[in-house]
Amino acid sequence: MVDAVFADDPAARAAQRAYFVNRVVIYGLLGVFSLIYLLPLAVVIMNSFRPLPEIAEYGLINIPRQIHFSAWADAWGTYCINGACEGMKRNFMNSLYMTIPATIISTILGALNGYILSKWRFRGSEVLFTCMLLGVFIPGQLALLPWAFLLGQLGLNNSIAGLVLVHVIQGISFTTLFCRNFYVSIPDDLIKAARIDGAGFWRIFRKIVLPISPPILIVTVIWQFTGIWNEFLFGVVLTSGKQQPITAALVALAASETNVRNFDVMSAGVLIGAVPPLLVYFFGGKYFVRGLTQGAVK
Amino acid sequence: MATLTIRNARKSFGAVEVLKGVTLAAEDGEFIALVGPSGCGKSTLLNMIAGLERITSGEIYIGDWLVNAVPPKDRDIAMVFQSYALYPTMTVRENITFGMESRRVPKREQDAAVDRVATFLKIEQLLKRKPGQLSGGQRQRVAMGRALVRDPSLFLFDEPLSNLDAKLRIEMRTEIKKLHRQLGRTTVYVTHDQVEAMTLASRIAVMYRGELQQFDKPAQVYSRPANLFVAGFMGSPAMNFLPGTVENRGVRLQDGTLLNKPAPNGASKKVIVGIRPEHIHRASAETLARHPDATRVAAMVEVVEPTGAETIVIMRLGETEITGRFPADMAPEGEESVELAFDINQACIFDPATEQLL
Amino acid sequence: MQPKPPPGLTPNGLRMRLGEWLPFALLVPSLIASFVYVFVFTGWTFYISLSDSSLLPTYGWVGFENYAKLWSSRRWNIAYNNLFFFSTFYVLGAMAVGLLLAILIDQKIRAESLWRTIFLYPLAVSFVVTGTVWSWLYSPVAGIEFMVQSLGFENFEFALTASRDLAIYAVIITGVWQSSGFAMALFLAGLRSVDQDLVKAAQIDGASSFRIYRRVILPSIGPIFIAVAVIMLQFAIKTFDLVVALTGGGPGISTTFPAIFVYDLMFQRGQIAQGAGAAIMMLLALTVVLVPYSLWMVWRRRRDSGHG
Repeated sequence: MVDAVFADDPAARAAQRAYFVNRVVIYGLLGVFSLIYLLPLAVVIMNSFRPLPEIAEYGLINIPRQIHFSAWADAWGTYCINGACEGMKRNFMNSLYMTIPATIISTILGALNGYILSKWRFRGSEVLFTCMLLGVFIPGQLALLPWAFLLGQLGLNNSIAGLVLVHVIQGISFTTLFCRNFYVSIPDDLIKAARIDGAGFWRIFRKIVLPISPPILIVTVIWQFTGIWNEFLFGVVLTSGKQQPITAALVALAASETNVRNFDVMSAGVLIGAVPPLLVYFFGGKYFVRGLTQGAVK
Repeated sequence: MATLTIRNARKSFGAVEVLKGVTLAAEDGEFIALVGPSGCGKSTLLNMIAGLERITSGEIYIGDWLVNAVPPKDRDIAMVFQSYALYPTMTVRENITFGMESRRVPKREQDAAVDRVATFLKIEQLLKRKPGQLSGGQRQRVAMGRALVRDPSLFLFDEPLSNLDAKLRIEMRTEIKKLHRQLGRTTVYVTHDQVEAMTLASRIAVMYRGELQQFDKPAQVYSRPANLFVAGFMGSPAMNFLPGTVENRGVRLQDGTLLNKPAPNGASKKVIVGIRPEHIHRASAETLARHPDATRVAAMVEVVEPTGAETIVIMRLGETEITGRFPADMAPEGEESVELAFDINQACIFDPATEQLL
Repeated sequence: MQPKPPPGLTPNGLRMRLGEWLPFALLVPSLIASFVYVFVFTGWTFYISLSDSSLLPTYGWVGFENYAKLWSSRRWNIAYNNLFFFSTFYVLGAMAVGLLLAILIDQKIRAESLWRTIFLYPLAVSFVVTGTVWSWLYSPVAGIEFMVQSLGFENFEFALTASRDLAIYAVIITGVWQSSGFAMALFLAGLRSVDQDLVKAAQIDGASSFRIYRRVILPSIGPIFIAVAVIMLQFAIKTFDLVVALTGGGPGISTTFPAIFVYDLMFQRGQIAQGAGAAIMMLLALTVVLVPYSLWMVWRRRRDSGHG
């Protein structure tokens, strides 16, 4: 950092020392916080491979002395939750069947709505946008009874399709907000140029707007995927037993406590429930942070 | 090729009227500059000509075709934008062919058209690049290429040079002028830069607060501005405005100087005399010989700003500050008292109440 | 060569007008869905809260009786107090930790994205997972207390979730752990948006980096503090899964929250009218946070556009 010519200058040396101390403090603090943040993750990963007697003897926060994989197989296929001994695979699949369509549909609708609300404004469109925005803030508890009733009327009670519908409609507000805030930053001149070039509503969307959209679509998809996958309230209220998504099954797993806690199987189960959103996050996290901060603080 | 006729065009956004009845006509092949400060309605008018914004009332004709309700793509126009509006995910070639693709022009014709335009604008080597990889000037050329390839009957420019640096702006200005001469298409050019308007246009439409202030040849707009706004807006440094009172032998300024310019008919007691900086000379035997009617005025120099070929001098005349523009060798050097010669034949006289030229 | 209308174009611009309606038509389904979700659902829940419904919706009118019952219920009062206590410390904690991390990361450090990923990954994990894992860490027989004791500190106590008085702190710590990364990301974006010329000017003025942060950078991202606080408060009011998985609302009812109360009354105890009333109270709490915030945002936008 300091030029060699000045290395003998006492002021320069003091500055160098101050810089060094400053770095030690910064990296030290970051290191301590990282340990706290990573501890829970490390604990579940390790305990999913440690035999139960070892956990009982040495506690949860300890290094593995022996490694076994049966906890994963148990958690996936044979562990008993709520009386059914099928493990979590069914709930895992339920979550996939719920999350993937709901994510795709709500993202498509959000992109389309955002495009209209930012580039094809009409009288009152701002007011309508504000009304849609309210959906972001409504607490789920308020919609529980109406959803239960409405899904019953539609013949969708206790079904994955019902949950897809719930998450699509809940999600529209978010996806529309994200996409609209992103599309607002596309210059209007671009749309005007395309209109003069003879492109209509759909052609402009397909050829000009969508090709610019990957950053915001990635954010929207990650947000929706993690949000829907991790959602618990609607899952536990609107479905039961075999139809429940994985979050509900996890709580049931933790609650179905026998005398001994099966920490190894539960660790594996927790990881099974956490892996899909974590994967999504690790692959798209870079864009996620960038896009989230662009969309959220406006 | 076509004429452009605008009759009593109005535009309101809700209760706000941004265009208050503009009437304009461009002859075939003419270059019209719409000039005015920001918010004067010039861009709105251009958007309405393009069909990008609906006209609230009035008529727009391209040739003798009423285009009020015609969508932009069918109006046979091309437009160059201030931000260039190049499609960021497409290559230069795709940018240029996008319009033809929309209109389903056969591929072979597209290629021929791209080649022609690229050669013309010397952008052949850029065709495979994306807009993000181009410099400002190159983007500008591509934007023009996209307009040219359309071969429209009407060219629309929306402040196309304001994002370029000063040097490039002058270069591109010349290019646009050449282009217009070669193609001879009717052109409407929006700018807030009065120099651009002066240099390019065959006629200038000066707009202010949604109204057309003057529509005339550049020389006329400059030397006989229709009102105080136009007089102040066109020309840099701006015209000097000196309040005065009409007397029998001429106009007496506030500091007591009598300008021997007879007031025009209909002038009330109070007037405003407008005189451009270049019509204020140092009084010398030579200048007085050249401008025999000039009035001699004494002023105090305050600031001297040499620009090279000429020097801008700010002086005080009684209570009023005036700006003069002298050849470098004629300029005063510091704070001194100077004797000036006002070329009074070039001065304009305005009515302070109506702000109109008398 | 005068331009002429191309064939097939109706002179009155019918196509232009149809084109203008298309975007609106496409928006209609989403609008209806959102409208039903926001207004009809809320209205219906409010209506239920004024009815004599118990296990199923019935429509006998009882006025605000359910609300009176609600506020005289000990459980609800605990839930509401918990919410206040939790919100305060959770929001302050997450903001403090988030700001510290953001400032640390803003020091031109190496491997910045790695650090960011470490602090932000909890956001991708569900509250259920977080709550479950942390409940183990708080467990006196296997978690942190056990570990520290087995290191030789026999008197160390960290069994927060076993104590009625301390369990709420366990919820706060876990909540901060989950959300501080998010606060960090927002703060970091704010720090990065500060005009660098401002920082340079302060450096030339000889300000220490601490003073630059305190006097120059942080004041200029004031709006971000408010935005983060509002977002966090919103999370706090909706807190449900985290507590269910972490403490189940216990020990006893010591960590019960309004959201848990609603769920319990509606689906465990068959008192949906009172549950609906509690849900409406949650909405009210959100309104108290969000309405002033939106008004402030509108005011700020007006002021900015007024100056521009």
